[in-house]
Amino acid sequence: MIGSPESRRALRRYAQDPMAVLGAGIVLVLVLTAILADRVAPFPEHAGAFVDFANANRPPDATYLLGTDGIGRDVLSRIIFGYRTSLVLGLTVLGIAVPLGTAAGLLGGYAGGLLEAVMMRITDVFLALPSLVLAMAIVGLFRPSQTLAMAAVAAVWWPWYARLVHGMVRSIRLEGYVVSAQLIGASALRIMAGEILPNCAPTILTKFSLDMGLVILLGASLSFLGLGAPAPVPDLGTMVADGANYLPDQWWLSVTAGGAIFLAVLGFNLVGDGLRDVFDTTG
Amino acid sequence: MRRRSAFRNVITALAARAAGGLLVVFGVSVLIFVLARAMPGDPARLALGPAATAAQVEALRADMGLDQPLLRQYVTFVAGALRLDFGTSLFTNRPVSADLAYGLPASIELALSAGLVMTVFGVLLGVVSARFQNRWPDNVSRILSLVAVAMPNFVWALILMLLFAYWVELLPVSGRLSEGLPAPPFITGLVTVDATLAGQWATLGDALRHLALPAVSLSLPGLAQVARLTRTNMVDVYARPYTEFARAYGFTERAISMKWALRPALIPTFTLLGMQIVSLLGNAFLVETVFAWPGMARYGVEAILRKDLNAIVAVVLVVSVAFVTINIAIDLCVAFIDPRIRLHSAR
Repeated sequence: MIGSPESRRALRRYAQDPMAVLGAGIVLVLVLTAILADRVAPFPEHAGAFVDFANANRPPDATYLLGTDGIGRDVLSRIIFGYRTSLVLGLTVLGIAVPLGTAAGLLGGYAGGLLEAVMMRITDVFLALPSLVLAMAIVGLFRPSQTLAMAAVAAVWWPWYARLVHGMVRSIRLEGYVVSAQLIGASALRIMAGEILPNCAPTILTKFSLDMGLVILLGASLSFLGLGAPAPVPDLGTMVADGANYLPDQWWLSVTAGGAIFLAVLGFNLVGDGLRDVFDTTG
Repeated sequence: MRRRSAFRNVITALAARAAGGLLVVFGVSVLIFVLARAMPGDPARLALGPAATAAQVEALRADMGLDQPLLRQYVTFVAGALRLDFGTSLFTNRPVSADLAYGLPASIELALSAGLVMTVFGVLLGVVSARFQNRWPDNVSRILSLVAVAMPNFVWALILMLLFAYWVELLPVSGRLSEGLPAPPFITGLVTVDATLAGQWATLGDALRHLALPAVSLSLPGLAQVARLTRTNMVDVYARPYTEFARAYGFTERAISMKWALRPALIPTFTLLGMQIVSLLGNAFLVETVFAWPGMARYGVEAILRKDLNAIVAVVLVVSVAFVTINIAIDLCVAFIDPRIRLHSAR
């Protein structure tokens, strides 16, 4: 697939869209920053439980480019490590939700009948609540932690993929190539994996990119409400919430952390929009 | 004859949708009940604190019905919920339904205002964008939309608060009415409406000033999506032959955009509105927290942070009922705008 004329043409089409390229640039920089956080951050030790009251609440200057927080930690360093937290959250959540939802959608859509009906009713229930509310309730009923937050977001996210894939399977399964595969006696598993899934891949990939932004946003919302990773873990949502206590005097605390979330969401949105145009899907 | 059967169709479709909605709410009630019972720790112990004796905890457990078999507990819970009895809040020690009755009107007022701002300004921005396609108003509005969608709701709330409440001291920082100002006589529970009905114009002005920032920050991400979709659809309609035909007949641009382009372009927007109102319900939990808005969503956040079991369950149920109702209403609206959509084929 990679290196084929179609994929090269798709890549060229993507490269002609300046906003999509900008998005890819943002995502690339953020991912690299998150991976190399220990080397990129000016004060890596500030990511943890570090205290330096002499330098607390300093506005942005040459040493602390984005200022320091209430206990003297460098905001920029914490944002850089916060990206690591956010990206790990996004990848873990979608790493669970996408395969799970896709499998459910494939099975339900291909098998039809009772399995399909049950699957659709279950997704109905999950989609009958705003994702934030359901995730909040799940985290809140147990003890808030990073792992639990990820599990909760994954639990509210898989139904979207189940619905998306289900819809596509319904429209693909009577196509000529699926029917002919059935006629030569291919197994259901083989048809789902070999014929149907590849046709859903572009739409899933587009949604994946758009969802990275949304999942990061949802994770940040949870931690903003105090339902994310506990204290010393650098987390963008927690940083916005902590900074809100220092408004309006130390305004940069909330604004920079909020801006950091914005940048990540924007990057993934632009990439998703670009992919959608290239693949010409509506997913 | 045709009219009557069409009316009958609407009623049947409505009944089917309502039944489906009930099924969904039933599912949510099972889900939240199971989650609440799977919670680690004993709710009775949590409510009484570590100082209580084992006998006291046991007594409260019996009182709350926690010693009953699970299925029996669920039946009791549903029977109570149907009578709007969600038990006592473990924190405020008042009936949860009383707490909800206090917070719900504030939340409804906020959500309605945000929905209104989102719809009116979203559609307006989309129309302007499409009419001046690829010129500066379009470019400005597209950049605004990109920014509005990607900025989290609570960050919008904080930024607007910083700008208009702290730096330019134009609007209040938090709350629903200024301190010392008596609330208008209770009629609907929506302060703006009640103040209008009572003719208390000063109160109305104060309520609107308090409402402005929360409503706008709650509406922004949805507003941007509405603008984007309206623009895309209108650009699409502008390319159709009947628009060209109208132009050839010498109709003014304004008439064309309002009469021919807007109406078909609004149908997908309406469907999107349903989704956006739902995410608005979710984001209200963030915005109400930021602005200390005394609504149900903030109560829900506090209930979750305090592990107030009955309150959490009740809030989740109320939100799901609101979701189902809004979706049915949106489907009805779409069916009225677009004669091509037959209700029973929707979803």
